[in-house]
This record gives sequence, C-alpha cells and structure tokens, in this order.
Amino acid sequence: DRHAGMAGTGLAPDARQIVSRARSECAQYLSFYGDRIPAQILADRMAHYMHLFTLYWSVRPFGASSLMAVKDEHDGYALYLLEPSGECQRYHGAAIGKGRQAAKNEIEKLDLGNLSAAEAVRHVARIVYATHDEKDKEFECELSWICDASGGEFKRVPKHVVDEAVEAAKAALESDDEMDA
Amino acid sequence: RRDVHNATRVPFGVMIPVRVSHNQSIGPGVVPAGVDPAYDAQYANHKGPVAHVGANGFGRPFSVAPGPITHTQTPYVTGTTVLGMKYKDGVMIACDTLGSYGSTKRYKNLQRMRVVNAKTIIGFTGELSDFDYIMTLLDELNTNDYCEDDGKELSPKEIYSYLCRVMYNRRNKFDPLWNSLVVAGLMKDGTQFLGTVGMIGQHYTDSHLAAGFGNHMARPLFREKHTDDMSEPEARALMEDALRACVMRDKSMMNKFQIAKVEFGKAPTVSEPFAVATSWDYEKFKNPSEFAPGTW
Repeated sequence: DRHAGMAGTGLAPDARQIVSRARSECAQYLSFYGDRIPAQILADRMAHYMHLFTLYWSVRPFGASSLMAVKDEHDGYALYLLEPSGECQRYHGAAIGKGRQAAKNEIEKLDLGNLSAAEAVRHVARIVYATHDEKDKEFECELSWICDASGGEFKRVPKHVVDEAVEAAKAALESDDEMDA
Repeated sequence: RRDVHNATRVPFGVMIPVRVSHNQSIGPGVVPAGVDPAYDAQYANHKGPVAHVGANGFGRPFSVAPGPITHTQTPYVTGTTVLGMKYKDGVMIACDTLGSYGSTKRYKNLQRMRVVNAKTIIGFTGELSDFDYIMTLLDELNTNDYCEDDGKELSPKEIYSYLCRVMYNRRNKFDPLWNSLVVAGLMKDGTQFLGTVGMIGQHYTDSHLAAGFGNHMARPLFREKHTDDMSEPEARALMEDALRACVMRDKSMMNKFQIAKVEFGKAPTVSEPFAVATSWDYEKFKNPSEFAPGTW
C-alpha cells in the first residue's frame, strides 16, 4: 500500500512473492476495515505467512528475507525484519543479505534516535558502499524511504538526494582506501 | 356447478395457477386433474408458481451466485446532471453540488466530481453510495499503479473501459450501480478524452457530453455553439450558459456549481462553488395565463 514498503534479499522470485502477499494483505484489510493496515498487524500476518511454509513438507521455506517499513498512527514509523523461519521482529536498525554483519556493526555505531531522514540516507549509502564486497563490480544503489519528507508514503528517495548520498559514499570509500594505503 | 372447461378443482379460498400443457398429445390447454398422475404429483404439495430453479437447486434462473438475490435497487441520495466538453487546452466537466433525497434537496454541499489521477476526472449522476463504491474501485486501481512504481498510471480511456465493464457486469447480475458517469481527461498522445458510461453499461465518447437531464437541456446548446478549439474563457462561458439552461428547467438542481478541468501540462483542478445569474422575471413566466384565458 502507500504507507508500507519492502526491500528483499535472497531469491528474487521468493522476495517478490512475499511482496505480492503483503500487497494482498493491505488490499484486503482496506476493503474490509476501510482503513490502512497498521504496522503490527501487517507484520503479524506476514510472519504467519512465512511460518506457514516451514510447517508442511510439501512446500519449501522462502529463500528470502525482507525489511518492511511501515507508517501508521500508533507506532509512527516502524521497521520490521521478516525471516524465512517466520521470525518477525521490529528494529531500530537492521541489515539483511550478504554483508549484513559488517553493516549491522556500522549501524550500531549510529545514534539512530537523533538522525534525520536525510542524514540517515547518507549513512545508509555510505554503509552500503563500505560493506559491498566485490569492489571492482559496479552496482546500483537503490534507496527508498518513508518519512515526513515523502508525505508518509513509501517512495524512492528523490534523485538529487540519492546522487548526493552516493557521491559522499564513494568519496568516503576513496578516502578510506587512501588511508589504508 | 363448476365450469367444465376448467376442471381443476379449486379449493375455496386458495388460488392454484391454471396448469397449462405443452404436451403434444394433449395439446395446449388446461390439464385436468386425474388425467396425468405424474403431472399431478408435481403439484401435490404445491403452494405457488413453480420457479424455474437453476441447476444448483435454488436461486433464480441465470443467477451467477446461488442464494439471496439482490434486486434492482432504488436510488436514495442522487445527483442530477453532469455536463462535459472538450476545448483547446483540455477538457472540463461541470455539475451542481446537490444531493437530492427523493424530491427533497437534502445535501447541498456534495462534490459530485472527483479527481481520479493526474490525468483524469470523473463526475456522476445517480446514487451517491454507488459512486463511493466506484471511487473505492478506482482507488484500488490507483494503489496498484503506485505499488508498481514505474511512473505509469491509467489513462482516461482505460478507466472509462474499466468502468464500462463494471457497469455492464453489474447490470447483467440485475444489480446495477445506479450511476451515469462522465469520465474526462487527457491522453498521452496529446488528445482530450471525454466519455460517458450509464448504469446499464451503455457508453460512448464525444466532444461534448451530458449525463442525466443535461442531455436534453444542455446538449442542444453544445451542438449549436461548441467547437473543439474553443479557448478556456469561451468554453467556460458556454458551460455557464448550459448550466443556466439546466438549472432553470430542472426541478432537482440548485444554483451552486463546480467546474473541474484537466489542462495540458497542469494538474486537474476542481473549482470553488459558484452560482450563475438566473432571471425569473420573464413575462410569460410571471403571467402565464395572459394569452390563454381560462387557464390558471
């Protein structure tokens, strides 16, 4: 829905299936209750859905984890981590995928409570570039956010903000390289 | 002594329908009691006309879903007419802000036009609650577009086609959405779009349209004076003329209008309510019987 969004890692089709289910849950909740689905309820339903696939031998668990960002009236902005085991936990900061340990360490160094959305974007870009393993492989950094600046809707971060953050991240990386050398 | 022609015995006070025969051997006519026991057995516990039951054993013929059938509705809160026209810079629609409750002018602040997306506006006549439902459907379509996140959204023609299908399918289930809709907007190839969908699924597109009473009041004016390359002030003047004609003739309309327009390169806007100047001191209106003695 507009107030919730997801990023997935792992098997892309599995991640897409999770997103598709989340969209159905949002649409069904809206058509039944007439209001946007609250963060806790969406997280709960997604967790149950993913757990379902660990119960029966005829299906395999999802090969994808996802981070879900939701805004609702009670909790404000919420970040949930969904794992294939069916675990669903709300976090202040989280990372999934290949470089997640390093990324988590970097995130823990941040003072998340006092970070504005724009600053957070810059930190996220920096961490992504810093923890990305194959340094010679080009990759595209996609950023989306849900914050007051986006009107409480899950959107891609505006291009000029992304470009700025990526520039700063690349510069930070180069300066790190210089220091190492 | 009972009439020999109708030999079915009718118990006093109970109406049993006359049983006709489609049997070739007997021929058309009434089947008397006792002639065909199998036929009699059908009606042994008969209480009323045998409904032609569907294959599922209950429901009415051609029912899509078994069980209770929703009947053709009566509308409750209704809007009257919507006028629409294309002009050089875009497309505009106009309607009044009245929601009538039967013949009572009950809700005077109703916005009968809505912005659907960045390129489309829609106006309705008929039942308000059905239109709210249509807007719910359109919101769902918009949310799907938003989630796809590819910068594309539905064009007015796609919305119009979608609504045609919705209205027609509801009509086929004998449960219509009691609305006539006017869909207006701009297509990606730089042309304007203006179409109307009725409650039985009838639909057409044109350079100028009306739904409801405006078909009779306003469209003749449009036919006379409308051209596709009118400027915005000209178009608005013609629209106000048409609205004046409508409000002075339509008893369930009020003199408070809104105009919504979509122009090339701009977002759709719905104007603030305004009134048109009406004149009620025509001689023949004030004194209609002057030239017709004996009338009142």
